[in-house]
Amino acid sequence: MTAGTVRVWRSRDERIALRWHRRPAMAAATLLLLLIPLGVVALLTGSFDIGPAELWATLTGQGEPTVARVLGTIRVPRLVGGIVVGAALGVSGAVFQTISRNPLGSPDIIGFVTGAATGAVVAILVFEAPPGIVSLAAVCSGMLTAVLVGALSLRGGTAGGYRLVLVGIGVGALLGAVNDLLLTRSQRDDAIAAQIWLVGTLNGRGWAEVLPTVIAVAILIPALLLMRRGLAALELGDGMARQVGAPVTIVRLGTIAIAVGLAAFATATAGPIAFVALAAPQLVARVGRSSSVPLVGSAAMGAVLLVGADLLSQHLPLSLSAPVGLVTGVLGGVYLLWLLSRGR
Amino acid sequence: MTALLVAPPAIRRRGSRRVVAVLVGVAILMALTVLSVLVGSRPIEPSVVWAAITRPDVTDDAHLVVTELRMPRTALAIVVGAALGVAGAIMQALTRNPLAEPGILGVNAGAAAAVATGIAVTGGAFGTLGLFGFSFAGAAVAALAVAALGGIFRRGADPVRLTLAGVAFAVTLGAYTQTLLINFPSVFDTFRHWAVGSVQGRGGELVLPAVAIIVPAIALASLLGRSLNAVAMGQDVARSVGADPRGVLGAGALLVVLLAGAATAVAGPIGFVGLTAPLAVRLLVGPDYRWIVPLSALFAAVLVLGADILGRVLLPPAELETSIVTAIIGAPVFIALARRRRLMRL
Amino acid sequence: MNTPSRLVAASIRLAYEHRVVVPDLDVRIPDGGFTVIVGPNACGKSTLLRALARLLTPERGTVLLDERALSAYRSKEVARALALLPQAVVAPDGIAVMDLVARGRFPHQRLLRQWTTSDAEAVNRALEATGVADLADRRVDELSGGQRQRVLLAMTLAQETDILLLDEPTTFLDMTHQIEVLELCRELHGEGRTIVAVLHDINQACRYATHLVAMRDGEIIAEGAPSELITAELVEQVFGLRARVIADPVTATPLVIPLAGWEAVR
Repeated sequence: MTAGTVRVWRSRDERIALRWHRRPAMAAATLLLLLIPLGVVALLTGSFDIGPAELWATLTGQGEPTVARVLGTIRVPRLVGGIVVGAALGVSGAVFQTISRNPLGSPDIIGFVTGAATGAVVAILVFEAPPGIVSLAAVCSGMLTAVLVGALSLRGGTAGGYRLVLVGIGVGALLGAVNDLLLTRSQRDDAIAAQIWLVGTLNGRGWAEVLPTVIAVAILIPALLLMRRGLAALELGDGMARQVGAPVTIVRLGTIAIAVGLAAFATATAGPIAFVALAAPQLVARVGRSSSVPLVGSAAMGAVLLVGADLLSQHLPLSLSAPVGLVTGVLGGVYLLWLLSRGR
Repeated sequence: MTALLVAPPAIRRRGSRRVVAVLVGVAILMALTVLSVLVGSRPIEPSVVWAAITRPDVTDDAHLVVTELRMPRTALAIVVGAALGVAGAIMQALTRNPLAEPGILGVNAGAAAAVATGIAVTGGAFGTLGLFGFSFAGAAVAALAVAALGGIFRRGADPVRLTLAGVAFAVTLGAYTQTLLINFPSVFDTFRHWAVGSVQGRGGELVLPAVAIIVPAIALASLLGRSLNAVAMGQDVARSVGADPRGVLGAGALLVVLLAGAATAVAGPIGFVGLTAPLAVRLLVGPDYRWIVPLSALFAAVLVLGADILGRVLLPPAELETSIVTAIIGAPVFIALARRRRLMRL
Repeated sequence: MNTPSRLVAASIRLAYEHRVVVPDLDVRIPDGGFTVIVGPNACGKSTLLRALARLLTPERGTVLLDERALSAYRSKEVARALALLPQAVVAPDGIAVMDLVARGRFPHQRLLRQWTTSDAEAVNRALEATGVADLADRRVDELSGGQRQRVLLAMTLAQETDILLLDEPTTFLDMTHQIEVLELCRELHGEGRTIVAVLHDINQACRYATHLVAMRDGEIIAEGAPSELITAELVEQVFGLRARVIADPVTATPLVIPLAGWEAVR
């Protein structure tokens, strides 16, 4: 089997010389374009439908005030939230899977997402905090969990990929028990609020919740792309990466820090959402037939997956209702079964 | 040629250690059993408790608490714990993964999801037989799926991959179960009570079926000890010493499903027991499954009963679920294991 | 020794965590030579190679390149001067030969300068030199052991360094492929490169090396040209093996033949 076609572009003095594989690039571009029709559908449908003409009118500043309000305060932030949270999770998963060299090693499995959830639950139940503080608590708690897992998996100066994953699972289980503990101790109303938060949903997320993640994504993903070459070198093993001149420790710490940050912000905005971080990188690597896990492609696939799942959760058949976190959870299972049938 | 007529000192020490472990385990279990019957949210005089056991008076409230609540609860805790401990030990031998156990590998979650489905489908009216049946079915499906995902059926299954597969699968099943709960509020009430992973408030009518399934299963598992020793060294070595790896895998898997399924049917999903107990046993007694299986039953029973008692006394007047206590004890053990320089091979 | 040496280890002490592997060692790698390090298991050969490649920092002493401490260079500068082919290289699933070899160009590239004409030419040269040019589009995981090793060698070559360090390049290869890789190394040496290899087969080492370094327990027992160095006494001293040493009937280099039965090792 041959690898795909490779494209090269060089500027005249060769100060810029780029090389990419066609298929993965096209896959990423297609996914990004796919967001447009998905986005339009998301804006048009909901508790009441808006016609395309009305949508256009509102976007150009001539629509009815009620429609403008629904769009501006509910649907647009929800759509933007879906895009950035999905992108953040997709990229975070891509980094973790590359670093741990395991297709199943992603932040929702190795405890970071649970850790962010613990912060939010504590904020809601113990301090009865407003949404902004809850998000902040989630981000801080997610970062702390990552530091804890990192510290625990450090041994003799190196953290083996597999050790990170396993320690993460353990810490995730511990924090999950802590979450359960907090829930059982609380009053009924608080418990419900915390339960709802813990399930993962884009429902009711307005600009206040979404904006921090937009900013985080806008800063962190480009920062990650700067380290992309180092990440690719790390794929060859520490010895090879080091001898080829890549700053191994900086790249590893830096990319993990960014990945944790992205996962924490995503969780702060929408609660813990399972499987997007796990599935997006793998799916896009298969679709684009690339050998290493692509970063931009994972972001695009994550966004498409989450926006799609959110649409699905709003329009479930049989008048079932399920927040998007559960939809991705169940779909993730389907994905896992598919992985299984491929014998991978 | 010198013949070893007497075992070397290290081996003899191990033999005496085993006996000590058994005696200590039994003693602690008996002490905890007594404690369990004496302790509860409602203070009852020990003399009353004794009367309730020896000459129960059905009109006396206090007697009822002892006979209808505490005694069944104690019995269930012991039986559930033993089942989970043995299931964990068997899984560790079969997968050659020291981190394997029915909670982590999603078997309990599978049983729970099946029970939730059962409740949703039948409206909660399926009786004890149905409860166990759904639970077994769910446990079996989960075990199969995780084993396949984790690469057991191909050579060279890697412990990390297996653990990850289990966790991922458990997350999926959790999401599925939650979806059910949200959409079938009637299920929610019945299920919520059951799903917390606790032996509190389980009907006494569960005791007999649980014992009837679990005790023979544990006995059978103990007989499997020699074969497990062979299989724990790998398929090739197992065959060359005359064991049948496929047969052992089948028998072991069946026992795991029965044990984990029964335990989860009774108490809801309780994790980490199957990890912690066999590990403690192995540290004391060495990697011999003829001893590990029965002793895991003993140590795990101690663990679950102890966790249940702790749950009763830590946060009065509320109770803390057993599964939370076992997780808070067991997760650090899991982490400590994962930190070892070489993942312990069995 | 009078031959010039760009790569020199001066009184280095190497340890992993707290286990000292090499207590105090000096070595000068002859420029333009094919140096082979031999010795029994766990004698420190790979450790020494890794220290020479700057993968391991000496606890005491320094490794010098062009009379300047290795630690004083920037990583990319070192990577443009010497290349190491380690024992454990992970090839990402499904990667094509061309892409894997291209990864060796890392020290010559920058963020936006990923594929200049010199990069392309270097990769092509490396593919030609190792004889895998016709495999360029194939997936690495579909290749045979010998082909894969040649591809890894090409990746190291693409780095375009004058000094090549090879850590047991022939392990797990069958005899034919071992010879293939070693002949390739000889060719590369003939083109003027300095090669330092760790080999576990002393007879192969004698055939290909211009300079042999025999180690035991973290020390250099002897070094020199194979035909002068390898005697039955040295073999016993370094390996604990009683053997006869004759002239190889094909190449006239020393050929080590273990004695028969338990006599060889007791």
